[in-house]
Amino acid sequence: MRADLDIISRWVQPGARVLDLGCGDGELLAFLRDHRQISGYGVEIDEAKIISCIRAGVNVIHSDLEAGLADFGDNTFDYVIMTQTLQAVLHTERLLEEMLRVGREGIVTFPNFGHWRCRMQIAWAGHMPVVKVLPHAWYNTPNVHLFTIQDFEALCQHKGIRIWQRAVVDNAHRANLGMRLAPNLLGELALYRLGHEQNGIQAGHSDVFPTH
Amino acid sequence: MPDVFPSDSVGLVTPETITIEEPIALDCGRVLPSYTLVYETYGTLNPTRSNAILICHALSGDHHAAGYHDTGETKPGWWESAIGPGKPIDTERFFVVCCNNLGGCKGSIGPTAVNPATGKPYGPDFPIVTVKDWVRSQAQLANRLGIDTWAAVIGGSLGGMQALQWAIDYPERIRHAVAIAAAPRLSAQNIAFNEVARQAILSDPDFHQGHYYEYGVIPRRGLMIARMLGHITYLSDEGMRAKFGRELREGKLNFNFESEFQVESYLRHQGYSFVDRFDANTYLLMTKALDYFDPAADYDNDLSMAFRRAKAHFLVISFTSDWRFSPARSQEIVRALLAARRQVSYARITAEHGHDAFLLPIPHYRDTFSAYLERVDREVNDHAG
Repeated sequence: MRADLDIISRWVQPGARVLDLGCGDGELLAFLRDHRQISGYGVEIDEAKIISCIRAGVNVIHSDLEAGLADFGDNTFDYVIMTQTLQAVLHTERLLEEMLRVGREGIVTFPNFGHWRCRMQIAWAGHMPVVKVLPHAWYNTPNVHLFTIQDFEALCQHKGIRIWQRAVVDNAHRANLGMRLAPNLLGELALYRLGHEQNGIQAGHSDVFPTH
Repeated sequence: MPDVFPSDSVGLVTPETITIEEPIALDCGRVLPSYTLVYETYGTLNPTRSNAILICHALSGDHHAAGYHDTGETKPGWWESAIGPGKPIDTERFFVVCCNNLGGCKGSIGPTAVNPATGKPYGPDFPIVTVKDWVRSQAQLANRLGIDTWAAVIGGSLGGMQALQWAIDYPERIRHAVAIAAAPRLSAQNIAFNEVARQAILSDPDFHQGHYYEYGVIPRRGLMIARMLGHITYLSDEGMRAKFGRELREGKLNFNFESEFQVESYLRHQGYSFVDRFDANTYLLMTKALDYFDPAADYDNDLSMAFRRAKAHFLVISFTSDWRFSPARSQEIVRALLAARRQVSYARITAEHGHDAFLLPIPHYRDTFSAYLERVDREVNDHAG
């Protein structure tokens, strides 16, 4: 099981309606369906992954996220989830807006470009970072917008998006005191539960960390 | 000519005929006191009668969806690529039913059938039938076959429209609806193509207001042109370029109006061979059924309202190069299903074959189709268990 599924699953209310953007082979939705009794759909562009979703009994809609979420009405989902996809889309800002138009809350995870290993590789080794959570070389990476925890939170503040919950973990999805004290330096992956003030499902604490 | 049929074919099949001695009230207001349907079945109905799949045919299709009628038959049924042992609609798992629709010309009641009131073929007097009429008659057929609930109703193009109508009209009797290369209703452009096809037939001097049977002729030219026109809309620009290009049959221009380009020869061949196996009055009826299809019309023109009745799970498939019923049309169906909060999956298959792609064994299409039907089969086994 992917460790981030566990964290996300604990954030999602049982029986919720969920839209998973860039759902891949449907693993997260199948997990949430089996453990949190959610209903919903995945959105995916890769034909082979769509077949995997269908085989797993996960509803999947073939669509290009870059074109927005016009197929989905306002506030039709409790959660719109995007795991490790935000850094791979061109229209980051618009997609974030779309997520919170369609869903009452958004759950976003991304690799933190501010992690000390990334910083070291640029600052001392002088090359683009290649780390476990960002395994590609600069010329073949699907990522087009790399950003840090600090960058993301600044964007949320700029757009008036509330951060209901945050988890900062390493690539095995474990958290420790260091990551709590210096998330942007020591965290490899960041997970956020977001929303607009008036739409919140539940107001959590902005610095809740997973406990293992 | 296969003396031994391929192992993934249902092999030799025999059509069956059923006369339903119960009146059917048609959308046009007329009533057929009784009606005959010709149909084929493949596979075996399980003891709980939960593994039945209805296949709905498109404009020029019929009940012969798979297998061969005799060992001399060179071409199998029209959806041989999808139906058979180990194929997406796996006849080892499912009991598959396909009937020739009302108004057809392959053995079901239609313009070529004898009108008991006159002792002559119905011809143009056969009522104009709709997709809803077809679905109603298919439900009667299901009753006669002892099938309460279809595991799935599946079709491409006009067949996909019947699958959607089934889900709306008989929500309790269909667990899955698979609509491939379909549309929620025809566009003005779609209707325009149908109208040209109809005018070709209606203006043929041999048409005789539809009573051509009595004159011992058929409106050959009109039907041929209608079919040629249809074929252009079934293929894509890129598909035609790949298949024919500008290739000349004799390698040179002859400066005449014979068929010089390969594509002309192809269309003429399609037209010629069609007139001998299809009835012009039926063609007119089928195009009208397409034009009239509009399930939203009964629900304040709100398609999602129509789908709110449905209980089935849906699979919608489109093909990138299909311009007759383009991916955008399938997306309209999907959007309405999403708005109605129905269970739906949608796959847009990359294919250069145009609308005809739904009949072809394209790997991604086949795999998508198979994956979905494996799920249908798992549910059948859960029901049976």
